[in-house]
Amino acid sequence: MLHNLFIGELAERLAKRQISSVELTRHFLSRIERLNPALNAFITLTAERALLDAAAADARLGSGERGPLLGIPLIHKDIFCTDGVKTSCGSRMLDNFVSPYDATVVARLKGAGTVMLGKSNMDEFAMGSSNETSYYGPVKNPWDISKVPGGSSGGSAAATAARLTPVATGTDTGGSIRQPAALTGVTGLKPTYGRVSRFGMIAFASSLDQAGVFARSASDAAAVLQAMAGFDPRDSTSVDVPVPDYSKDLGKPLKGLKIGLLREFFDGLETRNAALIEDALNIYTGLGAETREVSLPHLPLSVPTYYVVAPAECSSNLSRFDGVRFGHRCEEPKDLLDLYKRSRGEGFGAEVKRRIMTGTYVLSAGYFDAYYLKAQKARRMITDDFRAAFEKVDLVIGPTTPTPAFGIGAKMNDPVLMYLNDIYTIGANLAGLPGVSVPCGFVEGLPMGLQLIGPHFAEAKLLNAAHQYQQATDWHKHAPRGYE
Amino acid sequence: MSNWEVVIGLEIHAQLATKSKIFSGSPTAYGAPPNTQADLVDLAYPGVLPVLNARAVQMAVKFGLAVDATVASRSVFARKNYFYPDLPKGYQISQYELPVVARGTLKVMLDDGSVKTVGITRAHLEEDAGKSLHEGLAHATGIDLNRAGTPLLEIVSEPDMRSAKEAVAYMKKIHTLVRYLEICDGNMQEGSFRCDANVSVRPKGQEKFGTRAEIKNLNSFRFVEKAIHYEVARQVELIESGGKVVQETRLYDSDKDETRSMRSKEEANDYRYFPDPDLLPVVIDEMFIAAVRATLPELPDQKAARFAKDFALSAYDAGVLSASRELGAYFEAVIAGIGAGHAKLAANWVMGELSSALNRDNVDIENSKVNPRQLTGLLSRIVDETISGKIAKEVFEAMWSEGKAADAIIEAKGLRQITDSSAIEGVIDAVIAANPKQLADYRSGKDKLFGFFVGQVMKATGGKANPAQLNELLKTKLGGGGNA
Amino acid sequence: MSLTRQDVEKIAHLARLSITEQEMPVYVTSLSSIVDFVDELSRTDTSGVQPMAHPLDGQHQRLRADEVTESDSREKYQRNAPAVAAGLYVVPRVIE
Repeated sequence: MLHNLFIGELAERLAKRQISSVELTRHFLSRIERLNPALNAFITLTAERALLDAAAADARLGSGERGPLLGIPLIHKDIFCTDGVKTSCGSRMLDNFVSPYDATVVARLKGAGTVMLGKSNMDEFAMGSSNETSYYGPVKNPWDISKVPGGSSGGSAAATAARLTPVATGTDTGGSIRQPAALTGVTGLKPTYGRVSRFGMIAFASSLDQAGVFARSASDAAAVLQAMAGFDPRDSTSVDVPVPDYSKDLGKPLKGLKIGLLREFFDGLETRNAALIEDALNIYTGLGAETREVSLPHLPLSVPTYYVVAPAECSSNLSRFDGVRFGHRCEEPKDLLDLYKRSRGEGFGAEVKRRIMTGTYVLSAGYFDAYYLKAQKARRMITDDFRAAFEKVDLVIGPTTPTPAFGIGAKMNDPVLMYLNDIYTIGANLAGLPGVSVPCGFVEGLPMGLQLIGPHFAEAKLLNAAHQYQQATDWHKHAPRGYE
Repeated sequence: MSNWEVVIGLEIHAQLATKSKIFSGSPTAYGAPPNTQADLVDLAYPGVLPVLNARAVQMAVKFGLAVDATVASRSVFARKNYFYPDLPKGYQISQYELPVVARGTLKVMLDDGSVKTVGITRAHLEEDAGKSLHEGLAHATGIDLNRAGTPLLEIVSEPDMRSAKEAVAYMKKIHTLVRYLEICDGNMQEGSFRCDANVSVRPKGQEKFGTRAEIKNLNSFRFVEKAIHYEVARQVELIESGGKVVQETRLYDSDKDETRSMRSKEEANDYRYFPDPDLLPVVIDEMFIAAVRATLPELPDQKAARFAKDFALSAYDAGVLSASRELGAYFEAVIAGIGAGHAKLAANWVMGELSSALNRDNVDIENSKVNPRQLTGLLSRIVDETISGKIAKEVFEAMWSEGKAADAIIEAKGLRQITDSSAIEGVIDAVIAANPKQLADYRSGKDKLFGFFVGQVMKATGGKANPAQLNELLKTKLGGGGNA
Repeated sequence: MSLTRQDVEKIAHLARLSITEQEMPVYVTSLSSIVDFVDELSRTDTSGVQPMAHPLDGQHQRLRADEVTESDSREKYQRNAPAVAAGLYVVPRVIE
């Protein structure tokens, strides 16, 4: 079935003109029409535009042009600005917003010949770990529609797992690619901070946000990252470091690869989760890797640190949503204060308001030193711990999430309980490190993820390790029932 | 008032004369139709990011060097968070703890010729806000964001000024300096140069500063002086009648000549400053500083010192002539023509007749109707005694209005000085003959009548008799009596 | 260190967010629990550690050339505006 093929296979068929991009696009569009209503993975479908883009890709293919992504359909998380297309960020605040420009990521993938099927559902303003805070309703996990797919990139994860798209873009600020990838049984990659441009990606926490990929294999993820990555002069935090060929060394043998087992990840790990990770470790040692224990003693601080830094930055980033130049405006504001308070009060959901207020609090006079400054110091301590670990090992390994997907509504009343979902993923964001989650098995019929974290700009090594694991296992090929 | 000491510090906002804005590529030109110079970054659209303008940094460093300040090798942009419709992001990108320019000093010449050294606490880069317009909108305000994002250099003085006059002198000196450095056009009507004054009073002899009030947006030297006078009187009266000065922001009303509290900013603002995560620390190395230093022009004080020394001018005259680069250049061009030996003559004419004409017609020196070459031509005719100084003034007026050269006018109006002794004698004889009574009175001791005879001869010669010769000959002819 | 209702009202005002009477207790509770949670940081010894604002330590700000790269796109950008008059963004009267 077309939707089970990997990008390399699709590209080959397109190149041989065995199939056209238009046909491929139609295939996914019809799947979406049939299967998406149960999942609610999309906010906007761009069927007409997709068919036009596919026709254009076919013309390029017809003229002899070739490329790994030429004619390949994908979806963009609705956090990326797309020119002429609604960009809501999962929020009522931007329900009426049509972006007048393309994010750099969107433009680059467009240039590579991808065909955008639509914009995926997400937690509002990327704040959430379950895709339950979206103004457009929760996304369901295709493995069990009573369960969450994870968040904030829940739509992209669910759609990729349900084979409604070959690949999808996402963003990861505290785990929002890796965690939903783990809960939906797909591969999710968060690059090094600064590797991919943030221009056009609606900001949540500027020093933590990074754009990344959902795919069903490391090799597919490599192809998409290749097109996304690279210096962008419009983003001051974009790093001017050459982009290597991420596909070239996917098959490199892992002999001698030193993998660190993070003591803090394995302490108190739930038994079945631990068993899956144990199996994965055996695969790796079987492939020639060496494992040893490393410790990041300050890692337990990462969740409280994150929940000071991220809200602080977002409280400021979201101030531009004020009902003046775009976005939601309340009816008949009686004065300026009323305009601001009601437009924002109505436009933002509860979790977003909570985080804005948390952020405002930790930055306010009298609290700045105790919270924000302290958190920035803890951040350095965590980063230094990682740096020390990477002097001894090449990559660090552990589970992506503490549990498999939980029930929709199960954690909505307790924000702190929800925040603890990010316990394994947040450290990489604080330190700006790249991380990937790959499917590594099932617990109670629900997928679990294995996480690899590397030093700055080690995406090629991460993808190599993930790819080799996927050559030795087939967890990544499992499809949820009804979506095969 | 004599029991009280006034303490004043000024915060000057100078718009930097860059072509594009500080964080975006929009033009900075003044006067465009509303919102035609506001791009996505200026409008704070979702997803946009700031990128720093190199020239703004160069200009800030140039200022720092000109006031002997420390240029920070590492400075940081911070977000100043508050809500106002002319501030699209809901925060202003400014600098807080680590400004680009730290402690410097400026020598200011006061009216009485004394020199006061004023400390400059810091100068930092920030972005300007947009404009609010109220005309033609019932119960509403219109926002124009053309100005939003224009680079500003905020120059903060130490509270070293002790009178309104000192404050104005300092402000004028800064105004001269930024124009010399070509970093700001100093156009106060257009808002390129704005001043806030921090004013407080304390009993003479007290060390502790009194509570200060900040008077915002004073856009003329005159208003600064008047506003300070009013504010000082207000504070003194308040304290003397048992009240307390409140730390607040006030606006100066030039129609009523009073300051009043700003209603909208009455509530204490907690700006929640934190380092802007979208911008990295600005690193300025020795090479950068050296490159900027090489572009420094001769500074006003240096020019004044050179004028005083080379042309034997008083400190005051040298100061006036170096008040702007253009005026100094004009003066030097005249010197080049007339010779340093006649520097005093050139100085008097440039500071006198020329400046009066420029002021009267509200014309910049660059658009002077008499250029240096033409003025030199006129002065040469005084030096070679073709005309007297008095006649020269008449010639100058004609040059100014007709645009002709001095010689042409002298010829056309027949203004050549009469230097032929016999001709002058002839007129003297005629005058003496016509005024026998005055002659008798003079000879009997009424010395003052010498002036009468001078006047009569001048009248008869249309003012063209050479004054020195006239004096000599008249003395001889009148003979006897007087000590003329 | 829990937050009081006054604390939350003050924060909501600073952040320009309207909170209904109904919602208020929920926010007080959830914000308090969040603040209690992050208070763990206050018990950590961070003496001698420099705060870290960016994960890219050692990187510094790139400077761009002073060039005009944008032209008038007012019509396009104001399509999303809730209220515009004569090219100006309209808000309720601001008193200075």
